[in-house]
Formats: sequence, C-alpha cells, structure tokens
Amino acid sequence: MRRRPAIGSPFTVLLLVCSFALTGYVGVRLLVGDWFGVSLWFVGAALLHDLVLLPLYTVADRAVVTVFQAAGHRDLVGYARVPAALSGLLLLVWFPLISGQMADRDRSVTGLCGDRFLARWLLITAVLFGGSALLLVLRLRRAAKQRPPAVH
Amino acid sequence: MARSPFSPAFWRSPLRGPWFTSVLGVVLLGGITVLFVTGLVSYAAYNPDLSPVNDQTPDKGILGFYLFAWPTHPVWLYRLTQGVHVTLGITLIPVLLAKLWSVVPRLFTLPPARSVAHALERISLLLLVGGGLFEFTTGVLNVQLDYVFPGSFYPLHFYGAWVFFTAFVVHAALKVPAAVRNLRRAQEAGEARETGELVSPSPAEPTVSRRGALGLVGGASLLLFGTTAGQSFDGPLRETAVLAPHGGPEPGSGPGGFQINKTAGYAGISAAETSEEAWRLVVTGRTGTVRLSRADLLRLPLHSSALPIACVEGWATSDQWWRGVRLRDLAELVGHGDPSDVLVESLQRHGAFRRAALRANQVADPRSLLALQVNGEDLTPDHGYPARVIVPAAPGVLNTKWVARMAFGEL
Repeated sequence: MRRRPAIGSPFTVLLLVCSFALTGYVGVRLLVGDWFGVSLWFVGAALLHDLVLLPLYTVADRAVVTVFQAAGHRDLVGYARVPAALSGLLLLVWFPLISGQMADRDRSVTGLCGDRFLARWLLITAVLFGGSALLLVLRLRRAAKQRPPAVH
Repeated sequence: MARSPFSPAFWRSPLRGPWFTSVLGVVLLGGITVLFVTGLVSYAAYNPDLSPVNDQTPDKGILGFYLFAWPTHPVWLYRLTQGVHVTLGITLIPVLLAKLWSVVPRLFTLPPARSVAHALERISLLLLVGGGLFEFTTGVLNVQLDYVFPGSFYPLHFYGAWVFFTAFVVHAALKVPAAVRNLRRAQEAGEARETGELVSPSPAEPTVSRRGALGLVGGASLLLFGTTAGQSFDGPLRETAVLAPHGGPEPGSGPGGFQINKTAGYAGISAAETSEEAWRLVVTGRTGTVRLSRADLLRLPLHSSALPIACVEGWATSDQWWRGVRLRDLAELVGHGDPSDVLVESLQRHGAFRRAALRANQVADPRSLLALQVNGEDLTPDHGYPARVIVPAAPGVLNTKWVARMAFGEL
C-alpha cells in the first residue's frame, strides 16, 4: 500500500496558498512586458547568488585561511579577511560606477565627473588594508613587549 | 569530509546556527518593513491617482488602495522618506548577504519536500530570495543610472516589491516565533554550544567568533552607510559620500552649483528656445490663455521660499533659496481663485516626466513657486532656465524644469 503524502501544518498550507494568490495577482502585472526577462532576473538572481557568488567568496576565504595556516598564523587571518571583505563588498554594490561603464552617461546626465569612482575605491581599499596592517604591527609589537626578555 | 552539499557534514562553518541567523533575521524584519513602507510612501508622493502622466504603474489595481493626497508639510518630507529608503536599503545589503549565507545549507535539504506544506514553503522561499535580490539589485542599479534590467524601473521595482514582501510576510509569520525563542534561549544559556538544523555536525576549528562575524557584518553596513548617507546633504557632508552617485564635490560653484538631476544638454534644451525673444510661458485656465515672457513674469509679485530638491534616487540638496511667482497667483491669473490641479509641461521633448501633474493642495501652498531665480541669481540652464516649478515636499521629477505650459483645471 502506498503511503499518502504528508500534508503538514494546515495553517502553513492556508497561509501559503493565500500568499500565492496575491503573488499571482501581482505577478501578472509584473510579467506583462518582458515576462521571460523578468522571470530570468527573479530566478537567476537567486541561482546566481546561491550557486556562484556564495561559493566564489567561500572558496576565496578558504584560500586566505589556508595561506595563513601554512604560515602558522591562523589566528591572524582576520587582518586580511576584513579589509578584503569590505573592499569586495563596495566593489559589488558600486560596480557600475567603479568600472567606469557609466562615466559618459553620468557626466551628461548629472554634470558630475563620472570616472572618479575607481580612484576612490582604490584609495578606500588602500586605507582598509593599510589600517589593517598598522593594527597588525601594533598587536605584534605589544605581544613582543609582553614576552619575557631572552636570557643570554 | 563529505563531498556533497546535500550531506549536512559538507557545511563546516562553526558560525552557522540559530542565534546567528535569528539576529540577522530580526534586523531584516525591521529593516525590510521600513524599506517596504517608505517605498509605498514614495509611490504615493508621485500622486499617481491624480493623472496618468504621474503614474508609471497604471494597472496597479487594488495595490493602490492606500494612496492619499501627498502633503506639502513638512518641506523635507520626501527628502526624509526617500533618503531613508535608499540609504537604508544600501546599508542592509551586508545583512541580507550574511542572512542568505547563514541559511544556505537549507537549500540542499533532502528530501526536497517532507510534506505539502514544506513543498509550498520552499516555493515561497524562492520568491523570497529571488524577490529580495531582485529588489535590492534593481534599486542599486537604478541609483547608478545603469538601466540594464528588463523593463522600466518603476513597474519592476513596484510589483517586485509586492511579490517580495508577500513572501516576506509569510516567512516572518512562520519564523519569527522561532527566532525570538532562539534569542531568548541564547540569552539564558550564554555561549553554550548550540543545537539545531543549521549547526554543522562536524564544525571546522573557528577562525572568528560568532560575535566577531556579526561585528564584520555591522562594520560593513556602517561603511556603506558612511559612504552613502552624505548625498542627502550639501557641503562637507556630501563630500563624505565618496562612493555614492551624487556624493563628493558639487557639479559647480556659485549660486547654481548644487546637484543636477538632468542637465539641459541631456534633456535637449537649446539656448535658442529659452532666449528672452523666443520663450513664452503659456498659462491656460477658466478665463482663457495668457502668454507671458520672462520679463512679464518678473513684473508679477515675486516671493521667496527655501526648499530642498529630493530625488527618487535617494539624493537630495539642502534648502535652496528660490524666488519666483507663486503657483496660486498664476492660477488666479486664469480664473482659478480657488486653486485647482495643474498640468505642467516642459520644453523637453523626451523623458517620462516632461509632463507632470500637481494637485490643488500643492498649487495652493504659498511656498510653491514658478521659480525664476535661485540663491539670488537667475536660474542656470541646468536648473531649468527660464523658469521651473518648485513645490515643497514633492519628489524631484514633479518639479518640472524649462516650463513651457501650465494648464490649470485641465486634469
């Protein structure tokens, strides 16, 4: 005898069916133009994030940890991870501006100089890594001072 | 080590667990609710039910149920709501990414569905994650003027928001009780080892504490906030918005040096059509049509108001000192002593908002002007010379530049 599929919580089912009805009402309006393009963006955004972006930054992070571990400084990995994550995030959010692809439009539309963003992002990245290096040096010096002096 | 992401042992980060996910979830619960509400408010600010020229989503149906006549008080109302919408959205990006990271093992759950309810919930989660990323991506691209998305921004972002928020409400209804329980338990148990579906069965040695990871997420949000928020102000504060589209130095110096949405060159406005000889403002109303040169306008009673420009893209200027003719005086000139709605047309030949409708309450406000001067000088071509509309609290695109025609009572 085949087992009947479980239903689960009736409240959950009702809530979800209600939400799908509203989503359908909105969805026909959302898809009225380029339905394929919009669906592609909706589903593609989720897939691109879950199957490309997330594995990519995970692998990059593992690589950084491996390098620090090989050097015997696993505890110091944050000094590279934090500035890299912050700089990468700024690049991700402002990529159209930083890459300069919007520079011409930017200038003609807003009258602002459009190719200023790459230089600024590079400077912010320099400050982030430089600041991190400075903190690391301070920490290492403090650790060296606290160590008892070598006996001759 | 497990090779397949479908095996729980594949996920080894010791950070994942109910506490981490619950903290991020609670932040998003508040943050995304504010984003949704300020987004709906922005739609209302366009007065879309006043005239089709103001409405980019005419087939909205019941989704416009809440619309109301947009007020003119306080003058910084749209500057505040839309500044919050855009700046908060950008600030929440790290929280969203961290939240998605924290629950990614769930994507690979086997069996794919334990019950009908679970199967439906997973479909809803696709709408939640796809919708969330769609909303954040279209918003972030739009403020950078990178119109690569498949259609016009307004309907995509508006209808996308409803799809996303519907799935968001369902998710909140199903998960908030558990999140609150998790946070309570963590408070009582302290740093005790967690249990639960998200906790890795074979965690790797930690390289950062959970609080440290949360600190990184918060720091990233702070960095985005700090490099964006300044674009809602003039002067030194704008200089701090180093990566925001309207951050950094002003486009010019002097009285007309403040931020420009669309330049005269981009809008295709030539000096020939705005010259003293060529340009005439056509005002129509109950008593007929009046044609006014710029000199005629300057002979009418002039008034001043200090008003900001606030753009849907989230940037704004501080108050500028505008001088010109009150809209209600122009209405009276053509027989509308009781101010009526007005349709304003620009010299601009292209662009969604070259025609815009203003409601009677906006026309009646004594601070609403057809401005001829700003900060003590004539308007510059980029700020709408020979004349532009400036209305308190209205979204920037309704402050029509290079005005050619004003039709009172024609809507």
